[in-house]
Amino acid sequence: MTAIQIDRVEKSYKGFKALKGVSLSIEQGEFFGLLGPNGAGKTTLISTIAGLIRPDVGSVRIHGHDVVTDQRQARMKLGVVPQELVFDPFFTVRETLRLQSGYFGLKNNDKWIDEVMENLDLTTKADVNMRALSGGMKRRVLVAQALVHKPPVIVLDEPTAGVDVELRQTLWKFISRLNREGHTVVLTTHYLEEAQAMCQRVAMLKSGNVVALDTMSQLLRRVSGSSLVVHLKHGTLPEGLRHLVAHNEHDEGANNGGNKVTLRVNDYNEVEGILARLRESGAEIDEMQLQQADLEDIFLQIMDGAPVR
Amino acid sequence: MNFFSVGFRTLFYKEILRFWKVATQTVAAPIVTSMLYLLIFGHVLEGKVEMLEGVNYTAFLIPGLVMMSVLQNAFANSSSSLIQSKITGNLVFILLPPLSHWEIVSAYVAASIVRGIAVGLGVFIITAWFAHLSFVAPLWIVVFAILGAAILGTMGVIAGIWAEKFDQLAAFQNFLIMPATFLAGVFYSIQKLPPFWLAVSHFNPFFYMIDGFRYGFFGKSDVSPWTSLAIVAVFFVVLAAVAINMLRRGYKLRH
Repeated sequence: MTAIQIDRVEKSYKGFKALKGVSLSIEQGEFFGLLGPNGAGKTTLISTIAGLIRPDVGSVRIHGHDVVTDQRQARMKLGVVPQELVFDPFFTVRETLRLQSGYFGLKNNDKWIDEVMENLDLTTKADVNMRALSGGMKRRVLVAQALVHKPPVIVLDEPTAGVDVELRQTLWKFISRLNREGHTVVLTTHYLEEAQAMCQRVAMLKSGNVVALDTMSQLLRRVSGSSLVVHLKHGTLPEGLRHLVAHNEHDEGANNGGNKVTLRVNDYNEVEGILARLRESGAEIDEMQLQQADLEDIFLQIMDGAPVR
Repeated sequence: MNFFSVGFRTLFYKEILRFWKVATQTVAAPIVTSMLYLLIFGHVLEGKVEMLEGVNYTAFLIPGLVMMSVLQNAFANSSSSLIQSKITGNLVFILLPPLSHWEIVSAYVAASIVRGIAVGLGVFIITAWFAHLSFVAPLWIVVFAILGAAILGTMGVIAGIWAEKFDQLAAFQNFLIMPATFLAGVFYSIQKLPPFWLAVSHFNPFFYMIDGFRYGFFGKSDVSPWTSLAIVAVFFVVLAAVAINMLRRGYKLRH
């Protein structure tokens, strides 16, 4: 079953095209990552899914319900954690969650509210006013608000921005549990290691377009190479190896701090040849690491427009 | 449309809870302000002017002050709640759930009526000691108080949605609501005005709210209470349609 169906969505603001015909299909039960640099259109797309922004062209359906023409049903299926740390300063945590339940038509929802608070370590703060909470605690309440009606589709817009390790672990444990129980999760984050650890499938947005869409394993496979990080004690990188310098280090002049260089290695057998060339040029290696390619490498290559093998 | 849905009741309750948590500011302060109006205007003008035949000035003034409090506080409730939620960003908690336009408008307006009536009742209880008041037609008092509060609550919704900063809301309040209220006969009968301003006053819907409300006390008014009721009811329907249409279109809320 399709949880979120996005068809050719376009959105412009005063001449600026934030989304340029985005189409995506996210299946029920998926843990889906929506990645991209600032200004790529991620939040615009999420706001369109949430019904906060109306698309100029195209449509979004949640469990088959159009977010514009069948908004009540669509919103019942959706829980959104907004990116901004917003709260209502008049209420306590428990009041906030009870009110949010009521907006979704739920009375006597305390059992689930207690469970959500317990899973997000909010129980001791239940009767504390929102104003008195730390930023991390406010973030937890935002997550709890999105979950009060047990939505089958959960959208998390940078839920761990600026929060401590403890919350991240608590949050991911709870969200993973909900995902295992069948909830669809859509995540945007700048922490790519989180996306790599959690997401089964990823879409990358750039300037309002989907520039990559694949499963995590396929994406990682697309960059088959690894990185050889070499700290040179003496000498410089020979000219014949410069074409191997990792694309993201070009702007830094191939040398990071003067003696560190990262080289792309497509096959472990290439390492021997690289070392031989370095020896021949008179360079002396101080330290060396062989790093496996990760989502960050792929992300940077795609965003820089470099070919992804 | 379900006026008694859980969503409507929750938003209504939230709006009541919001103003009640700061009741000193939202209920007690306007009562004190009205008390000061009564002491100053009543003391200065008592025995010197007669606005309605056989009614002393303080008695005439009290219904005007009560209605002014009802109207201003009903407007303040919905408008301040919406603008605060917009500026702090927590309006998203209302926009994300499956609340209908009807539910949102009716909850904000109903809570405004409650605050308006609560403040009006407080003003009445405090000021009623200063003059002998009659209650010739109490049903008119209730009808005009509720309709007046509903109109200003709806205007508050419109202003709260339209305004993007507190400055704009203050302009709406100071250049529209305040003059319309003060020039509607709170402190005087419009019959005392020169012909031009008397004619202008008939185009002010606030005049009919206050005139009809005062009729309930004294059985005397500048225009028939039925005429006032018709004008006030039509005004409310028009404003409610505007507010609901703004929400339906997502005006300044859903881009």
